[in-house]
Amino acid sequence: MRTASVIHSNMVIGAHEISTMTKAAAEQTTDPVIEFRDVEYESNGRAVLRHLNLTINRGEILVLLGRSGSGKTTALKLVNRLLTLSRGEIRVDGRDVKAWDEIKLRRHVGYAIQDVGLFPHYTVERNIGLILSLERWDKEKIHARVQELLRLAGLNPDLASRYPNQLSGGQRQRVGVARALAADPPILLMDEPFGALDPLTRADLQREFLSLQQKLQKTVLFVTHDLHEALRLGSRIALLEAGSLVSVGSPGEFLSSLDQLVMKYVEAFGSIEEARGRK
Amino acid sequence: MNFWNFMSQNRLEIADLTLEHLWMVGMSTLLALAVGIPLGILISRRPVLRKPVIAIANIIQTIPSLALFGFLLPAPWIGARATRLAILALMLYSLLPLIRNTYAGIAGVDRAVVQAARGMGLTEWQLLFKVQLPLAASVILAGVRVAIVISIGLATIAAAIGAGGLGELIFRGLAMVNNSVILAGAIPAALMALAADTLLGWLEKRFTPQLAD
Repeated sequence: MRTASVIHSNMVIGAHEISTMTKAAAEQTTDPVIEFRDVEYESNGRAVLRHLNLTINRGEILVLLGRSGSGKTTALKLVNRLLTLSRGEIRVDGRDVKAWDEIKLRRHVGYAIQDVGLFPHYTVERNIGLILSLERWDKEKIHARVQELLRLAGLNPDLASRYPNQLSGGQRQRVGVARALAADPPILLMDEPFGALDPLTRADLQREFLSLQQKLQKTVLFVTHDLHEALRLGSRIALLEAGSLVSVGSPGEFLSSLDQLVMKYVEAFGSIEEARGRK
Repeated sequence: MNFWNFMSQNRLEIADLTLEHLWMVGMSTLLALAVGIPLGILISRRPVLRKPVIAIANIIQTIPSLALFGFLLPAPWIGARATRLAILALMLYSLLPLIRNTYAGIAGVDRAVVQAARGMGLTEWQLLFKVQLPLAASVILAGVRVAIVISIGLATIAAAIGAGGLGELIFRGLAMVNNSVILAGAIPAALMALAADTLLGWLEKRFTPQLAD
């Protein structure tokens, strides 16, 4: 009788766990955070993006993959309105970006770029804490938050008093990521943030970024031209070519895709593996 | 009468003229800062205005100083007093280095820094005051330095329209063919220029963004 009740309660817990898990999984696929709806962008009469339809769901890392000039950076900048779309609509948290207050939108969305763009006249602490001080946080709170972010980004908190030119390339990128996370934005836009690093440092940062993302559950739109990076980081990969979306799918689907362009892209990177194999 | 005798006998008048000189240069520089820096900022935001604004400042610079004093003579209120006229003319000459350097300083700020600042949600004013102007400060100060040194020299010519200043001694010495009198005007003016140059050079260094190596 006793054992039966124990088994019974275990089963209940088990069922409950399963139901929350499936719910979480379902939410992940149906909770759109960023939506591109038939987005077009023209610059000087040239179409940079054409009929882009894409949804980024809560908690996923969607990688926008493509070669130089494919429009991936443009797509990213349309989200935080550094560029203004020509036609169509982009929704962030269900609201048209045009309806957002531009400044509020940008503070709701973290932004990290390849050249980092740290402020050379500010210490690391002021770089990371600038937005917080503009949001009128008090000094001690900012200090504590900066220390927390430095640790989160894998940096020694003693670096807080350094200036950007006293940091290595990898440290600068980490500070850039910490700065993007400062106000705890639910969404991150990342434009080849690890592109300028040597392969070993890049691999370190990618690994740490993944575990950070698992901890913080941000929604990430990540731009890169590097297939390996896309496969390593992406929940889904979207391939852009000449301003058009070629395919969207999981890394597995991407590798087994029969689409000509996808196969070409995979092949170009595969040749590295082949070269290694020949050796 | 040698130079030192002349200096000591006329020290009160020389001090007075030095003050007049300083007043003209100081006022014109303040006015030029108030006009030139905003204009420099404006053309960094509105590229369409850049060419016309710089062209006008360039043209002003090419007008010979005596002619400029003459042109301004009929202006109401300003033309009524020689000092006002001189201050206005000196201000106009100071505009070019200020506009140019303000623009160059802002345009020289790393594009990635500006993009990151915009992307993280700084307003245009915050971008200007927290990022662009601090990073442009040393270049702007270099412009201020050039403007002041030029004005100290040019202000000696203001004496030709009766605005006073150290130029008065120079013109008097020329008329009297007396080198001591000329030097009594020229040397304090040169020292003033050197002092201003040194002071601003020091400031410029202080405002150069931290670049430890």
